[in-house]
Amino acid sequence: MNQISLLAPGHSGCAGCCDAMAAKFTLMGAGDNCIVVSPTGCLEVMTTPYPETSWDVPWIHSLFENAGAVASGIEAGLKALGKKEKTKVIAMGGDGATLDIGLQAISGAFERGHDFTYVCIDNEAYMNTGVQRSGATPYNASTTTSPAGKVSFGNPRPKKNMPAIIAAHGSPYVATTSLAYPKDMIAKVKKATEIEGPTYIHCHAPCTTGWGFDTSKTVEVAKMAVKTGLWPLYEMENGVVTKVRKIGKVKAPVEDYLKMQRRFKHLFTMEGGEEEIAKIQDIANMNIEEYGL
Amino acid sequence: MPREMTMDKSKMVVVEGSYAVAHSVKVCRPNVISAYPITPQTHIVEDLSQFMADGEIPNCEYINVESEFSALSALVGSSAVGARSYSATTSQGLELMHEVLFNVSGMRLPIVMTVANRAVSAPISIWNDQQDSIAQRDTGWIQLYAENIQEASDMTAQLFKISEDKDIMMPSMACMDGFILSHVYEPVVLLEQDITDEFLPPFNPERTLDPSNPLTFGAFADPNYYTEFRYLQEQAMQTALKKIETVADEFSDMYGRYFGGLIDEYQTEDADIIIMAMGSIVGTIKDVIDRLRENNVKVGLLKVRAFRPFPAEAIKNVIKDAKVVVVLDKNISLGMNAGALFIETKSVLYNTDIDVPVTGYMIGHGGRDIPTSTIDKIIDDAKEIMKSGIKTESQFTDLKEELV
Repeated sequence: MNQISLLAPGHSGCAGCCDAMAAKFTLMGAGDNCIVVSPTGCLEVMTTPYPETSWDVPWIHSLFENAGAVASGIEAGLKALGKKEKTKVIAMGGDGATLDIGLQAISGAFERGHDFTYVCIDNEAYMNTGVQRSGATPYNASTTTSPAGKVSFGNPRPKKNMPAIIAAHGSPYVATTSLAYPKDMIAKVKKATEIEGPTYIHCHAPCTTGWGFDTSKTVEVAKMAVKTGLWPLYEMENGVVTKVRKIGKVKAPVEDYLKMQRRFKHLFTMEGGEEEIAKIQDIANMNIEEYGL
Repeated sequence: MPREMTMDKSKMVVVEGSYAVAHSVKVCRPNVISAYPITPQTHIVEDLSQFMADGEIPNCEYINVESEFSALSALVGSSAVGARSYSATTSQGLELMHEVLFNVSGMRLPIVMTVANRAVSAPISIWNDQQDSIAQRDTGWIQLYAENIQEASDMTAQLFKISEDKDIMMPSMACMDGFILSHVYEPVVLLEQDITDEFLPPFNPERTLDPSNPLTFGAFADPNYYTEFRYLQEQAMQTALKKIETVADEFSDMYGRYFGGLIDEYQTEDADIIIMAMGSIVGTIKDVIDRLRENNVKVGLLKVRAFRPFPAEAIKNVIKDAKVVVVLDKNISLGMNAGALFIETKSVLYNTDIDVPVTGYMIGHGGRDIPTSTIDKIIDDAKEIMKSGIKTESQFTDLKEELV
């Protein structure tokens, strides 16, 4: 494990920023012999205000929706120049850039089998633009474009299952991670970057600003998502789940997770909120059953 | 001035335009080719794919991407690691790349791309005009337009050399009229590997993505810095004005062929009427000029080879003594009722002492044929303008009134 942070401090991330943690853990797993691609988003903005940079590895930002393609080109270029053997290629972007606008380019990169690792830092909405909903926003979360209101409990759809989509591309390694389990994440990133072919890490990353919790609670919120079964931690190799992190016999009820966050506050005050919380508990229960949590 | 070409006929082979271009790409030793198929660009990428399948392009990766957007995006990555990078596209594909085009030039990545010029939808049309590349004029790409297959082929090597120059580092488009050049067989001299290796040095950029010297590419610039990035791009374009000329000269010295630098001229020296045009239409115009010259009509051609950077001084120098300038455009800026070359030409004449009437014709849209009789009629109009001045500044050509 690389103990020196390759993401320098002094960036403009919020206190308790999930992106900074996820990027740091990723680089700790990957080491310094890598090239990183970031799509547009908080991570890009906060780490590279010209003429400054937080990156102690070569890093490139092109556009919002093309990280998969840019990573493909880096890998192909390194191969053509005979430099691929020693250098890892990592793309690292938010959920909007991954599940929504950048999905096509990522799908193409995985289908073609480029040797790279894609890390999705999933904070479940478009945080850089002011907390708008994305395909990763969970059921009933209130965002600025899926606000709770007199006739709405917030986002009407569950999260898109991105790890399953990537696994369906035939990826040799897909893993979910959480900011509450840094050693687990670092080990999974290390494994992903050492496996040849296109590999995928999906990191659940609570955003203090967008989700509405105290800046000291990022890890606690992340941990509670895992403890409730709402965010299962697992590894898939060649499409088959090979490892699952068990959460013990006593599972935390989803209320314990929801009540920590402003984005779910309406579920505890609106009429019918209890039934909605029950539906979220159903999602957790399904995860617990499916992955044997 | 026109130059003698020393075309060695024994070296000539009859090939399709697309093949000639693909061959040029091959001998330029690209490291990454990334492309998505679209008519009429397809034969270029098919020929390149076959070269790859036959092991004829060493140290090269061909990426079969899932869209034009990703075709060019992949080259952002490959060019940034120091790989010579090439793509080809047209029409809808080029328009889909729009956002990436700005990004490539802003990051100063010297990618070269062939554009097999084609009309833009709607209505959908696979036939030729130049609306597609003209619509990308402000994206910071050098644009050269080819008159024939030989020039399209030769231009490819020239553009790598121009784009990769340390003082330029700007991407470029080799524009060739779709079907008219891409799908036609002509006798050409295919670029020789040994001469090309001498003409075009390996791509060796000063800054790359390299773990031994970590650099940040594509940072965000706040209002304190953004303007200077644009200014430096414009400076690079101005530098390219000279480089396009010198590279054409170097090419001429080494290969014995010259199709112009920024511009080329044909019978302009004493011309009262000068026709300006870009691309394959130039050949048709030359035929008309040859015939009219036999009848002592003083007409000449100013072929605009570089549309970006725009060769303002070269153009002014040629047309300053003409009595009428006629500009032909295979494009239209809707709402301006004029084509881009016409608009640009007029704009560079303002604030000068040159007082020559300029008239514009929008022509050949969506592949509408341009017979010599149409050029004849345009020249007849120009004769009228010499006598009695301009009545219509800019107009559609061969419009079928009964259909509108």
